[in-house]
Amino acid sequence: MQHARSIAPARQREGSPWTGLWAVVAKEMADYLTSARMMILEALILLTAFGTVYAASQNLRAGAGTSDDFLFLRLFTTAREPLPAFVGFLGLLVPLLAIALAFDSINGEFNQRTLSKVLAQPIYRDALLLGKFLAGLGTLALALTAIWLLIIGMGLLQLGVPPSSEETVRMLWFLLITIFYGGIWLALAMLFSIIFRQPATAALAAIAVWLFFTVFWGIIASLLARTLQPVPPGDTQALINQIQLELLLTRLSPNTLFSEVALAMLNPAVRALGIVLPIQLHNAIPGTPLPAGQSILLTWPHATGLIAATIVLFAIGYILFQRQEVRA
Amino acid sequence: MTDVVIECRDLTKQYGTFIAVDHLNLTVRKGEIFGLLGPNGAGKTTTILMLLGLTEPTGGSVRVLGLDPARQPLSVKARVGYLPDQVGFYDNLTARENLNYIAKLNGMREPEMSKRINEALAQVGLSNVADRRVKTFSRGMRQRLGVAEILIKQPQLIIMDEPTLALDPEAVREFLDLIRQLKASGITILLSSHLLQQVQAVCDRVGLFHQGRMVLEGTVGELAQRVLGGAYRIHVEAEGGDAVAAALHALPDVVKVSANGSQYNVEARADLRAEIARKVIEAGGKLLGLSVDTPSLDEVYARYFQKGAAYAARA
Repeated sequence: MQHARSIAPARQREGSPWTGLWAVVAKEMADYLTSARMMILEALILLTAFGTVYAASQNLRAGAGTSDDFLFLRLFTTAREPLPAFVGFLGLLVPLLAIALAFDSINGEFNQRTLSKVLAQPIYRDALLLGKFLAGLGTLALALTAIWLLIIGMGLLQLGVPPSSEETVRMLWFLLITIFYGGIWLALAMLFSIIFRQPATAALAAIAVWLFFTVFWGIIASLLARTLQPVPPGDTQALINQIQLELLLTRLSPNTLFSEVALAMLNPAVRALGIVLPIQLHNAIPGTPLPAGQSILLTWPHATGLIAATIVLFAIGYILFQRQEVRA
Repeated sequence: MTDVVIECRDLTKQYGTFIAVDHLNLTVRKGEIFGLLGPNGAGKTTTILMLLGLTEPTGGSVRVLGLDPARQPLSVKARVGYLPDQVGFYDNLTARENLNYIAKLNGMREPEMSKRINEALAQVGLSNVADRRVKTFSRGMRQRLGVAEILIKQPQLIIMDEPTLALDPEAVREFLDLIRQLKASGITILLSSHLLQQVQAVCDRVGLFHQGRMVLEGTVGELAQRVLGGAYRIHVEAEGGDAVAAALHALPDVVKVSANGSQYNVEARADLRAEIARKVIEAGGKLLGLSVDTPSLDEVYARYFQKGAAYAARA
C-alpha cells in the first residue's frame, strides 16, 4: 500500500516527543488555577470539607473518653445527620472536579482555533496532550493536598491531639489514591474532549458515565451476577460464587474501588475487602486494627487498578488524538 | 538548492476516495511572495498542512527549506511561521501572555524572549495594547497579533492561510503593507486566498488551484496572457453605430469585441489604443473615451473556470 510506504520512514521522528512539555504544563496549570470554574468547585469542596469535618469533630468531642486510637481518621468518616461523611462527598466531588478540568481540553483549543497554531510550533502532539493531562493531575493534586492539610489543621484545633504516624501514613496513602481516582475521570473527560467537537457534549458524556457508575452499576452488577451464576437452593458454594462474581463486577467501577480503599484505609479495623467466612476469622481478635502497612497491602490491587485504568484511558485518547486531522 | 524554499513533487493527499491534492508540483524560491489561489475546497489548506508536517502526504515528496516535514517536523516548524485562517488566541490571556506561550513552545528563554516579543509587537503596531486581554481585540488586531506570533520565531518562511478573510478594507490595506515589509526583510511568503484582488496586489507569482490540481502557475501577467488570450482590455466610448463596431472587429490582434450601446470592450493582444482611435475616426465615428485596463486576476479566474467547465464537459 502506498500509504504505508510513505509513513514508514516517519517512524523515526527527530528530537524528543516531550519538547515543550513543561511550557504546556505551566500554561495549562496557570489557566486551571485561575479559571472561574475551578474556583467554584474548590469553594464547593472547601465548604463540604468544613461542614462535614466540623460536624464530625463535634461528634467526636461528644464521644470523647471512649478510647479511640484513630481520631483523625474519624474526621473523614464520621457522619452527622443530615450530612454524610466527607469521604462520601469526595467520591462524588472528585470526579466532578476532574471532569470540569478536562472536558474542554482538546475541543476547546479546536473551537478557539488555537490547536493548529500550537501544533505548528516545534512540538509534537504528545507534548500537548500529556502536558494538559499532567497539568490537570497537578491541579487536582494541589487542590486535594490543600484540602487535606486544612482538614488536618482543623483536626488539630478541634481535637487538640496530633495525628499519629500510623494515621499520617493512612491519610497520605488515601490522598494518593484519591488523586488517582480523579486521574481516571480526568483521562475520561479528556478522551471525550478528543472524541466530541462540542465541549458540552463531552461534559455530558463524562457525567453520564459517572452517573452510570455511581447509580446504576451496582444494580446492574447484582442483576448480572444473579443471571450468570444462579444459586440452586441449598448450594452454598454457588452462593459464594455468585457473591464473588458480583464483587468482581462492581469492582469494574472506579467508584467501588475508591470507596473500598476509603473503607480499608480510614477504618483500620477492616481486615478484608470481600466476603470473609467464619473459618477464616479463626484465631483473629475482632475489632483489632491492622497495621497501616497491611492496609496498604490490602488496597494495593485497588491502587494498581485505578492507575492502570487511568493509563488505559489516556492511551486511547492519545491514539485518537494522534490520528485526528487538525483542520476544521 | 539553497535558493529553493518549497519544493513539491507529485504531492498527493487522499482522504478515503476523495483526492484533496492531486500530483502537485510546486517550487517557491527565496524572497518570493507566492499566492495559492482557488475556491474553497480546492486543496489549498491541505497543501499547507502537508508543508508543515501536520498531515502526512499519501504520495509524492515535499521539501521545505531542504527538510522533509514528515521526518523532521520540529526543524521545519521551528523555521516556518504559520498563520492559520482565522487564527485563534487564548482570549482570557493578554497579547503578551499569548506570545509568551508561543515563545516558550519554541524553546526561547529570557532575556531573548522579552526582547523578541517587544520587537514583534512594535513591528505590527500593537505595543500599546500588549497587556490587554485578546478578547477585546478587533479582527484586524488579532490578525496582526497572529503575525507577531510568527515574527518572534524569526522564520525563514511564512505561510498564511486566507490571511485577509473577514478583514475590513482598511485592515486589509494595513495587512498587505505588513506583508510587503516582511518581503523587504527577505522572508519568503506563501499565502493562500480566494480574494484575488488582494493577492494580485502583493504576489510575485500565483498558482491557481482547482480540484486538487494546480492548473495554472506564473505571474499575473503571464496568466492573463494564457487564459484571457489577450492581456489588454480596452474600453472605447464612441458614437457611430455598426461602422465603428465593424472597424474594431477588423483590427489585427483583437480577440473579442463586446458592445453595449456606445460602449465597447475590446480585448486585444497588444495596446491598440492609437490604432483604435484612428480606425474610429476613419469609420466616421465620434470618439468620446478611450482607456486600457490591466487585466485583473478576477477575470483570469472567472474565465478560467468558464473554460474549465467546458474542458470538464469534453472530458
